[in-house]
Amino acid sequence: MATEAIVTGGKRRLRGSPRNPYQGRKRPWLHTQRRWNLTGWTFLIPAAALITLMSFVPMIQALFLSFQTGRGSRLTWADPFWLNFERMMGDEIFKLTVFNTFFYLIIQVPIMLVLAMILANLLNDPKLKFKAFWRTVIFLPCAVSLVSYSLVFRTLFATDGFVNDTFMALGLMDQPVNWLGGGWTARLVIIIGLLWRWTGYNMIFFLAALQNVDYSTLEAARVDGASSLKTFWFVTVPQLRPMIVLTAIMSINGTLQLFDESWSLTNGGPAYQSMSMSHYLYELSFLKNPNVGYGAAISYVILIMVAVLAFIQMKVGDKRD
Amino acid sequence: MTSATSSTRKRGRFSWRRVPGYAFLSLFALFSIFPLFFMVVSATNTTKDVLASRLLPGTHLVENFRSLFGAQDVGAAMLSSALIAVGTTVLALAVCSVAGYGFEVYHSRGKDIVMAIIMLAMMIPFAAVMIPLFRLFADVGMVNSLFAVIIPAISTPLLILLFRQASRSFPHEIIEAARIDGLRELSIFIRIYAPTMKSTFAAAAVITFMTSWNNFLWPRVILLDNAVQTMPMLIANLTAGYVTDYGVLMLAVLLTSLPTIIVFLVLQRAFAQGITGAIK
Repeated sequence: MATEAIVTGGKRRLRGSPRNPYQGRKRPWLHTQRRWNLTGWTFLIPAAALITLMSFVPMIQALFLSFQTGRGSRLTWADPFWLNFERMMGDEIFKLTVFNTFFYLIIQVPIMLVLAMILANLLNDPKLKFKAFWRTVIFLPCAVSLVSYSLVFRTLFATDGFVNDTFMALGLMDQPVNWLGGGWTARLVIIIGLLWRWTGYNMIFFLAALQNVDYSTLEAARVDGASSLKTFWFVTVPQLRPMIVLTAIMSINGTLQLFDESWSLTNGGPAYQSMSMSHYLYELSFLKNPNVGYGAAISYVILIMVAVLAFIQMKVGDKRD
Repeated sequence: MTSATSSTRKRGRFSWRRVPGYAFLSLFALFSIFPLFFMVVSATNTTKDVLASRLLPGTHLVENFRSLFGAQDVGAAMLSSALIAVGTTVLALAVCSVAGYGFEVYHSRGKDIVMAIIMLAMMIPFAAVMIPLFRLFADVGMVNSLFAVIIPAISTPLLILLFRQASRSFPHEIIEAARIDGLRELSIFIRIYAPTMKSTFAAAAVITFMTSWNNFLWPRVILLDNAVQTMPMLIANLTAGYVTDYGVLMLAVLLTSLPTIIVFLVLQRAFAQGITGAIK
């Protein structure tokens, strides 16, 4: 560690700022520093350029598109320019898809996050047996593609499928339920599917965050006689708050963009009753007689919803008590 | 009271206090594994057996294989999916790891601002950029090109963030020592940083490979020709016919799921380490 003393000269530095190996001599040091700064920029330019080109530029283009109208590639400026947005207000199918998406969001995300937290907490117990087995099994659904699991659930919930057979064998039902043929049951199947696919994924994030929870605080609560439920709620959960915010934002973002399940599991049906916003957007923009201007307007509404919800989440999560 | 009695017991002895925890874990594990079990078993059964809820392996696997490969070009779809997933993973790891390293090691105020802007991109739903992206790739004649699927997935805020957070725990002293030894900046990254951050790279590879292999919406939009369709697109089309053959469908679903399941099982230890390292 002899070089350490020579190089640092004993001064504290800002995180990340390099040390001056030239000691007293200022000019070559400034030169090297500038060179390093430039190196840093060249390191991140490819990533930044790609994100600009693939996310920010299209986002601005979509804004312009949302004020245009026409079929296929023949587009003209809408007159009045808010025409697409006006049409959206009267579009019953769009309203239904917004309702469906928010229904999934409000029912599924809280249940999933609570389940994920409980599972992570159970897995974090140092005395738990077969830890690797539980973790692998619960995470495994995340390795399956959305389309794949949607098709498996579609098979399980078919009218003559496994779920009906089992319920009838157990005497819980007299006749098979057409799960995917009714609006509410179709939505329910999508929610069960989402819970199956994503709970383990969020559990991994909570499990990682639990590594940072100070074990002595849990010990202290136990010594003070708090039940494990109370310890979990009053000691563990507050320390997980940043992770709750992160997983909530990721889940909200994901649910608002729901497409694969709506497409493969229920095909949006029956009659748009379980269709998600993204599915409707796809249908409008790329199928039959595409209207990309109207599609872009809808995509902007989705963008604003995501932004507003993320902002609220961050505000709520930032509150310290 | 319970804690007092349990602490006097020997470790590992049965305790009633643990029963609800194990019961909950078992139930959830069953819920997690059952659809996968059903998928595997059904792949070996006839469509009649699948609908009769047969939960035992059947003898129809070979026939299912034959009718699936006879009806669909599974080989071509596997190849498209593999090329896209491997290509995206290699390029994404290269671009995002260098960027995350750059943000952390050559830290400056300007780069902090760029990082904040990149994080904003995380909030942009793909649906909002899908239409202009399609027009962009159509304008340069890249509809049906696998690169059109790969390029938008290379640089992602999540991966950059993962690498930046992981770089925080990488000791700067090593970088400075390497500089004194005369190593160039890029060689420091390739020869010193990359080999020590294996678990972060593994975590990033698992995430990217899975996302890319499983991606459905964008390939559906940009790959219009069935000759270049991916596995998720192929299986989604299987239900479009008049009568769905559930045995064949479950076999196709199983084939689509195997690569990602294998990648996850092989890299899972490193994956968990990488995620934990990044969050710390």
